[in-house]
Amino acid sequence: MIWEFWSANAPALLLAIPMLGAFATPLIGRMGKTPRNLWILLITALTFVTSAVLAVEVYTTGPVIYTFGAAASSAALVSDSGGIPVRIIFNVDAMSAFMALFASFVGMVAAVFSFPSGKMESGRDGYFALLLLLLVGILGMVCTGDLFNFFVFLEINSLAGAALVAYRIDKGVAVEAALKYAFLSTLAGLLVLYAVALLYGQYDSLNIAVIAERMQFGFLDKVALALLLTGLAMKAGAVPMHFWTPDTYSMAPSAITAFLVVASQASLYGVFRVAFTLYGLTLNYVTIGWFIIILGVLSMFVGVSMAIPQKDVKRLMAYHAVSQTGYMLLGVGVGLAVLGDPVMLESFGLTAMEGGIFHIVNHAMYKGLLFLTAGAIFYQTGTRNLNKLGGLGHSMKWTMLFFVIGALAIAGIPPFNGFASKLMIYESVFAFNPLLSIIAMVVSILTLASFVKVFHAIFMGPRQERYAEVKEVPVPMLAAMGILALLTVLMGIFPQQIVDLVISPAAGALVDQGSYIASVMGGL
Amino acid sequence: MFGDIPFIAAGILIVIGIVTIVTRHNLIKMVMGLAVVEAGVNLMLVATGYRDGGVAPIFTNAPSTDMVLPTVQAMTLTNIVIGIATTALLLSFVMIIYRKYGSADVRDMRRLKG
Repeated sequence: MIWEFWSANAPALLLAIPMLGAFATPLIGRMGKTPRNLWILLITALTFVTSAVLAVEVYTTGPVIYTFGAAASSAALVSDSGGIPVRIIFNVDAMSAFMALFASFVGMVAAVFSFPSGKMESGRDGYFALLLLLLVGILGMVCTGDLFNFFVFLEINSLAGAALVAYRIDKGVAVEAALKYAFLSTLAGLLVLYAVALLYGQYDSLNIAVIAERMQFGFLDKVALALLLTGLAMKAGAVPMHFWTPDTYSMAPSAITAFLVVASQASLYGVFRVAFTLYGLTLNYVTIGWFIIILGVLSMFVGVSMAIPQKDVKRLMAYHAVSQTGYMLLGVGVGLAVLGDPVMLESFGLTAMEGGIFHIVNHAMYKGLLFLTAGAIFYQTGTRNLNKLGGLGHSMKWTMLFFVIGALAIAGIPPFNGFASKLMIYESVFAFNPLLSIIAMVVSILTLASFVKVFHAIFMGPRQERYAEVKEVPVPMLAAMGILALLTVLMGIFPQQIVDLVISPAAGALVDQGSYIASVMGGL
Repeated sequence: MFGDIPFIAAGILIVIGIVTIVTRHNLIKMVMGLAVVEAGVNLMLVATGYRDGGVAPIFTNAPSTDMVLPTVQAMTLTNIVIGIATTALLLSFVMIIYRKYGSADVRDMRRLKG
C-alpha cells in the first residue's frame, strides 16, 4: 500500500520529503545534536531512495509524467482543456532521472560530512535546513517540465546556495563571496525569467513540450535563447562568466562546495535542456553547437591556467572545476553541432554526448571528493594555504589516500572514472575536429601537473612541528570521503556497464526531442 | 503604438537597472539597481497579459468576458515574493560587510582575488 503510493507519487515526494525535512530541522534541532543528525540522515537517505525508485521506473518503462493537482497524475492532458496541458507538469525522462539520482546522492554525502562540526561553529540547524533546501532546488530544476517552475527552483537553488556560502561569517570574506554569488545568481534568474516571458507571450504556454512543439525560431525566440543561455551559463560557471566560482567555492564550507558543484551542474542541465529539448532542430544547431564548444574550450584552458599559480588549495580546486566544466560543454556541444546529421551523430556525436554526460557524474564524484579532502585538511589544520601546509602524510593517511584517488581521477589517469569519460570525449571529438581533442589532452596534462604540486605541498616532506597534534578526521568525514572514493574507483573499473545502463539512455533522451513532446502531448 | 509603451518602459527600466549595477560603487545602490531590473521584468510580465478594457478574471457576475490574463499576474506575484527574499538576503549581506569592513564601497571589496 505505502509502497504503491510511494512509487506512484515519486516525483512529488522527491521534492516534498527534503522540503518537509528542511522546515522541520530547526524544531528537531532543539532536541539535541544526535537526533538532528539522525533526522538529516533519514531525510537525505529517503530522498535518495525515492530518486532511485523514480530512476528505476524511468529506465525500465520510459519517461514519467507527473501532473500536479490532476485526478490522475500520469495524464498530462484533460479532455476539456483543448489539447493544452494546463497544470504544472513534472516530466522526468532518463536525463532528469540520472541528474536527480546523483544529486540526491551527493546531497546525502555532503550532509554526512557536515555532521562533525568545528569548535567555533554555531547555527548548525539552519545550515542543515538550507542544505536540504538547496537539494530541493536542484531536484526541482532537473525534474520540472515547466519553464516558470524551473525559474522558481533556480531561485531556491540560488538563495539557499548563497546563504550557505556565507555560513562562515566571522571575517566577512565569506559574506563577500556570498554577495557576489547571490547578486550574479539573481541577475541570471531575471534574465531567465525575461526569456520565459518572451516565450510565454508568443506561445501561450509555459510547458517545455508545448513550446518545443510550436517553436518557430523567430527573432524573439532568438533573443530568448540568448538570454536563457547567458543566464544559465553564468550560473554554471563557464568562462567568461566564471569570475564568481573561485571566490564562492573557496569560501564556502567544504561539504557545501562539493554540493555547489552539483548545483552548478543543474544549471548546465538547464543549458542542455534548452538547447536540445526546447529548441532542438529548429535552432541553428551548428552555430549554437560551436558556441558551446568554444565556451567549453575557453573554460578548459582559462580554468587550468588560472589554477596553476594558486596558493589557496580550495581556490585552486575551484579553477579546476571551471576547467572540468569545459569538458562537459565540449562533449555535449559536439553532439549539438552534428545534431542534424544522422550519420555523424551516430558515428561520434552520441559518443561525445555520452562522454560529456558521463563526465558530469564523474566530476561530481571526484571533485566532491577533492573538496571534501580539502575540508578535512582545513578542519584539522585551520589553513588552506599551500605554503603553510606540509608533511601531513604522516598523520592523515586516509585523507592522503582519498586525495590521491581524486587527483588521479581528475587528471584522467586509468583506472579511475575521469579517464573513462575523458577517453570517450577524446576519441569522439578527435573524429569531429582533431585540434579540439588535442587541447583537451593538453589541459589534462596541466591538471595532472597542478595536482602533483598540491600533493607534494600538502602531504610530502618531514613532519612539521606546528602540526604535531594533527590527527585523522572523525569517522563520518572519513565515511563520506570513502564512499565517494569507492565510487570513483568502481566507475572507473566498470565504465562500459554504467554507460550502457544509465548514460546512453540519458544522451538518447536529450537528442530525442520528439518523444519528450509526445510524452506530454501524446496521450489524451 | 501606444500599446507598446509598457514594453518599452520595461526595457528602459531594465537598462537603467543594469547601468546602475555597472556604474555605481555603493553596494546599496547596486542592490537598488537589481531591484529596478526586477521591476522591469515584472512590468514586462504583467504587460504581456493586459488587454484594453479588460476586467479582472473573476467569472462570477463578470460585466464582460474581456478579461486580462491571470497566469502572468500569478507569475508576477511569485516573482515579487522571490524578489523580496533576494533583496532581504542581499541587504543583510551588505550590512555584515559594512560591519566587518567599515565600508559599503565595492572598491574596498578586494580581499578575494587571484
